[in-house]
Amino acid sequence: MLGTSPPRALKLAAIGTAAGLFSGLFGVGGGTVIVPLLVLWLGYGEHEATGTSLAAIVFIAAFAAAVQGAYGNVHVLDGILIGIPAVAGVLLGTWLQQRLDSRAIALLFAALLVATAVELLLQ
Amino acid sequence: MIGVIAIGVAAGVVAGLLGVGGGVLFVPGLVIILGLTQHQAEATSLLAIVPVALVGAFNQDRYGNVRRSDAVLLGLLSVAGAAGGVALANLLSGAALRVGFALLILLVAVQLVRRALGQGNEGRAGGDPIPR
Repeated sequence: MLGTSPPRALKLAAIGTAAGLFSGLFGVGGGTVIVPLLVLWLGYGEHEATGTSLAAIVFIAAFAAAVQGAYGNVHVLDGILIGIPAVAGVLLGTWLQQRLDSRAIALLFAALLVATAVELLLQ
Repeated sequence: MIGVIAIGVAAGVVAGLLGVGGGVLFVPGLVIILGLTQHQAEATSLLAIVPVALVGAFNQDRYGNVRRSDAVLLGLLSVAGAAGGVALANLLSGAALRVGFALLILLVAVQLVRRALGQGNEGRAGGDPIPR
């Protein structure tokens, strides 16, 4: 580590707080906030940003899950059921990220997300 | 069951590709397929994210893509925000959260499209691993 100057630490604190808020509020990791802010504010490359974001999310999600657990909202078995296939998926995803043109994949997921949003809004 | 596994794998692929936790697919998957409430789905999603992010981060670290000290700082500095977010989520109705969540994933979709379209000069997603 090359020394964390105060403004840089403040930026990290702001990004961490915003990501935590998103994570707790919506049940996501907060990467949606972390990745673009690391790129725009701290000059990260795309790949460093995604890697560092994932590592930060381990802490964020673990803490937010523990707090949600205190509210009695966590369904542990369902979490395992959906989480274990996802571990296989993440290996595939990081592997793909190093090798493939991700544009088509990104656009496909964008379409999937739009469809999901519509489905949620119609419920 | 197959639907849940498929959503799980897809969420993991998104996590690995984009550096997110996969919650954008976990939450709707848990609501639509397993019939959890929005609150239960969000809480359960957070639990499912932990192993995904752990394995994804470990893998990215091997490619030299993790700035470890920044990641730890980010994680530790997020605690107040996360506690506030969870408290806020539990104050809001399921319907309000669902609408907010739908808007969030639309935002992610826009981000994805913009990144995909702005990637022309890089060609492929990989590029060279960045030395730490």
